[in-house]
Amino acid sequence: MKNLGQLKADYIVNNLTAFCPGCGNGMILNCFVRAVDDLGWNVDDILCVSGIGCSSWIPSPHFRGDTLHTTHGRALAFATGAKVFNPSLKTVVFTGDGDGAGIGGNHLIHAARRNIGLTCILVNNFNYAMTGGQIAPTTLHDSKTSTSPYGNPEQPFDIAKLVAAAGATYVAKWTTNHVLELTGSMKEAMQNPGFSFIEVLSQCPTQQRNILNVRAPAQELPSRLLDMLAESTYIVDREERKNYFYIVLVGEPEAAIKGVERAIGDTGKVRLVDHLTLGRVARVDATDIEAAKARLGIPEVKRIADAHEGKQEIGVFVRKQRTEYTEALREIGRRARGEQ
Amino acid sequence: MLKSGKHLVLGNIACAEGTLRVGCRLFAGYPITPANEITEYMSGELPKVGGYFLQMEDEIASIAACIGGSWAGAKPMTATSGPGFSLMQENLSYAHMTETPLVVVDVQRSGPSTGQSTDASQQDFYQARYGAHGDYEVIAISPWSAQEMFDLTVRAFNLAEQYRTPVYFLADGMIGHIREELTVPEDVEIVNRKSPSGPNVTPFGTDDPSLVPEMPKFGQGYRLQVTGSSHRPNGVRDYSPKVHADKVRRIMKKITQAEPKIRDVAKVDIDDAEVAVISFGASARPSYGAVKKLREEGIKAGLLRLKTLWPFPEDEITNLSGKVDAILVVEMNAGKLIREVQRVACGQTKIASLTRLGGVTPTQGDIAQELRRLVQ
Repeated sequence: MKNLGQLKADYIVNNLTAFCPGCGNGMILNCFVRAVDDLGWNVDDILCVSGIGCSSWIPSPHFRGDTLHTTHGRALAFATGAKVFNPSLKTVVFTGDGDGAGIGGNHLIHAARRNIGLTCILVNNFNYAMTGGQIAPTTLHDSKTSTSPYGNPEQPFDIAKLVAAAGATYVAKWTTNHVLELTGSMKEAMQNPGFSFIEVLSQCPTQQRNILNVRAPAQELPSRLLDMLAESTYIVDREERKNYFYIVLVGEPEAAIKGVERAIGDTGKVRLVDHLTLGRVARVDATDIEAAKARLGIPEVKRIADAHEGKQEIGVFVRKQRTEYTEALREIGRRARGEQ
Repeated sequence: MLKSGKHLVLGNIACAEGTLRVGCRLFAGYPITPANEITEYMSGELPKVGGYFLQMEDEIASIAACIGGSWAGAKPMTATSGPGFSLMQENLSYAHMTETPLVVVDVQRSGPSTGQSTDASQQDFYQARYGAHGDYEVIAISPWSAQEMFDLTVRAFNLAEQYRTPVYFLADGMIGHIREELTVPEDVEIVNRKSPSGPNVTPFGTDDPSLVPEMPKFGQGYRLQVTGSSHRPNGVRDYSPKVHADKVRRIMKKITQAEPKIRDVAKVDIDDAEVAVISFGASARPSYGAVKKLREEGIKAGLLRLKTLWPFPEDEITNLSGKVDAILVVEMNAGKLIREVQRVACGQTKIASLTRLGGVTPTQGDIAQELRRLVQ
């Protein structure tokens, strides 16, 4: 495996980066160029298309291949024209939750429906980060954002399921805490002949501090958020031990957890974790979770949540084959010319 | 495709024939009246000649696919009408910024909004010029017959390729749906964009006096950075005042300095005219009849018909306004071309406006009567 310096020399243009410290986009770029390198693809055959928003800066101006940095939400439509006219272009679209599922949601479902042979990587940071942290179609219900100061009245999309329903032939969802799985998934997606879609839940220290209410010093935020992404997801079809549960605490978590520790004693291990939907909660790992729960009739406990409550399912959801769009267009051409 | 020779065809079909002859091999569109015949015809003919017809999910996607396709090496085209043209404007601004050659056919219909969706108008005169955000110059073309739907479509593609710019083909519902004789020539002139001359190309800047840079395509190893953000000649994003201003000035100047070469007007009885009509497209047809009628009556009338609307042919208007006693501007809208004529004529001569709304042109009789009044 190449080290970062070699990867940078081979695949990255030396431009100033626009990413904030601790952003997940650099990790996703790292996964992408590792996938390209592992596949042995020639960068001159790769076209990266992106729209508007933080994630659209992953390939442009960083990737040392052809890049087309387009308008807000329309990257897939631009990519469709290029891919159709030159199907040999290995085309990868980078988009975000606002770009791809908000303003560009229509193009997303139609690209999936056509099964056009390109890979779409959608970075979901639960908000419009570049413009200041407004409500996105992925923002969780009740989240406070710069346009939902009293809590978000809307409900979020499950984008991966939406794209799967629209007909994509490869659909996966990972987080920036799953870089090996994500890299492997990118390789699989980029080799799929049809429309491949990967949603990546990503940390955004700049905005998620507020919208996910994770309060920590700036230098600790990225790792806190990365841990949160792992804590708040589980991998589909993977056998997972469920000998743990969460406690939603009353009052200040740092104070309340002391009471929980005393109550649990040596029947389990207690620590504070960040959870996407439950907030800052106590996680209790115990060999006998019923015995541990029985000790929790204390005022610090608001309620107990099961291991999977409020979590998002990640993993690979769809692997199937059906006619790819540019191939179907070539078939139409043969039919029109009477070649069969 | 039609064989060379004479045919009786719909204006929209003549347009589609022109696109096929000039080498358009990518069409991305969305259904809209009165442009549908172009879209349908392209779906039947493009696959026969190795091209691709895409029916996209909306007009925004249609023009986006054209831009992406153009950078992959296609001569792309879309066909629409006023509402679809409005939806395209943001991406057209992108096409101007990235200097992407393509052709948009707008078979104009009567608005605002859905208006008279099946009837003609010339209401997009300014939408073509000022529809999108930012500073840019456009080339817009206006046909008045089925033959010009063919000939000027060919020219539209050649101008797009020569100047690396979107070109707007402003037909209207009448000319699109007129059924007339079309002579298809054996060959048409074909202009191709400047392909890269060597390994080191600046795709967004040039020392060439034409100010039109060479244009590589995706997959050639040029590692293109194409962006709608302000950028240096090599494509790298740069927001500094000078880089932005230089870019915008150049993409404007490459069109304005070529205006004499782009300009195309038709003159009927104009040399000794004392009163002149200025018109374009469908409304130029009754204008032509009115001018001929007045000549029979001994009144020295003439017609200046604009085949290129933008860049605005200012010299022609200046010359004419210095020569004639009065100008009548005839158009199918509430008065748009008249504003440009007034601006350029600067009060040198009397200028009157004759407009019709409702999907109809002013009649030959109306125009003749107005001209008689002007020369009294």
